[in-house]
Parts: sequence; structure tokens; C-alpha cells
Amino acid sequence: MLDTVLFYIFALLVLGGGILTITRRNAVHSAISLIVSLLGVAGLYLTLSAEFLFAVQIVLYVGGIMVLFLFVIMLVNLDQAAKERQFNRQWWVALAAVLAVGGAIGYFLYRGKDAFHFAEAAAGQAASVLGNTEQVADSLFTEYLLPFEIASVLLLVAVVGSVVMAKKRI
Amino acid sequence: MMHPVSTIHYLALSAALLLIGTVGVLTRRNVVIILMSIELILNAVNINLIAFSHALKSVNGQVFAIFVITDAVAEAAVGLGILIALFRNKETVLADEIDLLKW
Repeated sequence: MLDTVLFYIFALLVLGGGILTITRRNAVHSAISLIVSLLGVAGLYLTLSAEFLFAVQIVLYVGGIMVLFLFVIMLVNLDQAAKERQFNRQWWVALAAVLAVGGAIGYFLYRGKDAFHFAEAAAGQAASVLGNTEQVADSLFTEYLLPFEIASVLLLVAVVGSVVMAKKRI
Repeated sequence: MMHPVSTIHYLALSAALLLIGTVGVLTRRNVVIILMSIELILNAVNINLIAFSHALKSVNGQVFAIFVITDAVAEAAVGLGILIALFRNKETVLADEIDLLKW
């Protein structure tokens, strides 16, 4: 019962924050709405018992990426952009296309909703004695060690790339 | 009496968030908000991964979600760097005013 109520509260935060993010004129308001949405996603991780990702979501997204976004909003002059038209001329084509895709996804989810019982059947298994963080660490440092190292190289490339991009003279 | 929350609820929520993010990418003119919409799309993917990870009692989905978050960080850093370079050269952040390749 509590799970259900929490799910709907967090879902409201996620979707409400998302809709506000894409409709606000002021980019700072959009960023604040996005923070609300990301915190809702973090809450959903908690209801799905992914505690490590809950912490990662708050520390990395809300504490890292959103600060970066706000920093760039302050750095780039957005006053002129806020006075102009906010949506491009093809917005109705985009909306129609997205509605078509949404209809397709909704139809397939509705038709296939009985196919997800395999998932609920697996829920009867005994939980591991290890905590969530230990499980993630075990998997990350044994099975996924090579992708983990590649991800670290990717982050290095991103650091160097963003510094080069933001330099005054390359 | 409400239905208990199952995997399909999370999938529907994730699909809705994906569509909201897609609308943002396709219709907004401000590049900063387009980048924020991409973050919404990546979060929708993560909800899906964690929902299946929970349902299948397997931790692999969470590991993939960590990789997706890593990609999101790299994408945001490079994207915002490009945005700063763009603003320095073109003095605009509106996506449809950047039309050098347009005939």
C-alpha cells in the first residue's frame, strides 16, 4: 500500500517536473524543474530497492550535472533567447510524430502486459545476503571490468574535449 | 483499492518520460533546454533498466544504469562545452538560427 502511494507521488514529481522542464520560458526555471524530476527518479530507484543508484542519482545528477547546467546558464546570456519564440515552426509535426510513437508504445504495452508475469514470478526467489552496493560492486569489478575501464577512458576523453571546446583559442 | 505497483507501471511511466523528453528535443529552440530534454530521455531509459533489474532479481540492470549515467555525464560536459564555443562564435543559443548548412 505504502509502495503504491510512494510510486504515484514520485511519478507525479517525475512527469510534472518533466513537463515543466520543456515548457518554461526561463532556462533557470527549466533547470529547477529538471532537478525536481531527477529527484523523483531517485525516489523511484529507492522504491525499486536500488539504494546505490539512488545515491549516485542525487550526487551525480543533482549535485554534478545540474550545477554544470546552471553554471552554463549563468555563463551564456539567455536574456535575448527568453524574449523570443520558444518553439520552432515544425512543432506540430514533432507533436504529431511523438503522439504516433506514444500510441504505438501504449498499444504494445497494453497488448503485452500479460507477458510481464515472468518478472513477477522471479520475485519469489530468496534475496541475497549481500547489500545492494556490494552486489553492484561485485558485478562491476568482475563481470563488467572491461566496460568499466572503457567508461573511465570515455570520461577522460570528455574532460579533455570539454576543456578544448570551452577554450578561447584552440 | 489501488492495484499493486508492478513492472508495467514503471514501463508506462518510463515511456511517458521518454515522450516528454522527445517533445522537448524536437520542439524547443533553446539549446540548453534541448540538452536538458536529453537528460530526461536518458533517465527514462534508466527507470526501465532498474525496473527490470528489480523484477528479475538481477543486478546487471543497475550496472548498465551506471554506464548510462556515465554517458550522460560525458554528453552533458561535452555538449555544454560545444554550447559555450557556439555562443562565443555565433552569439545565439537558438537551434534554428544555426543554419550554416542550410541551402
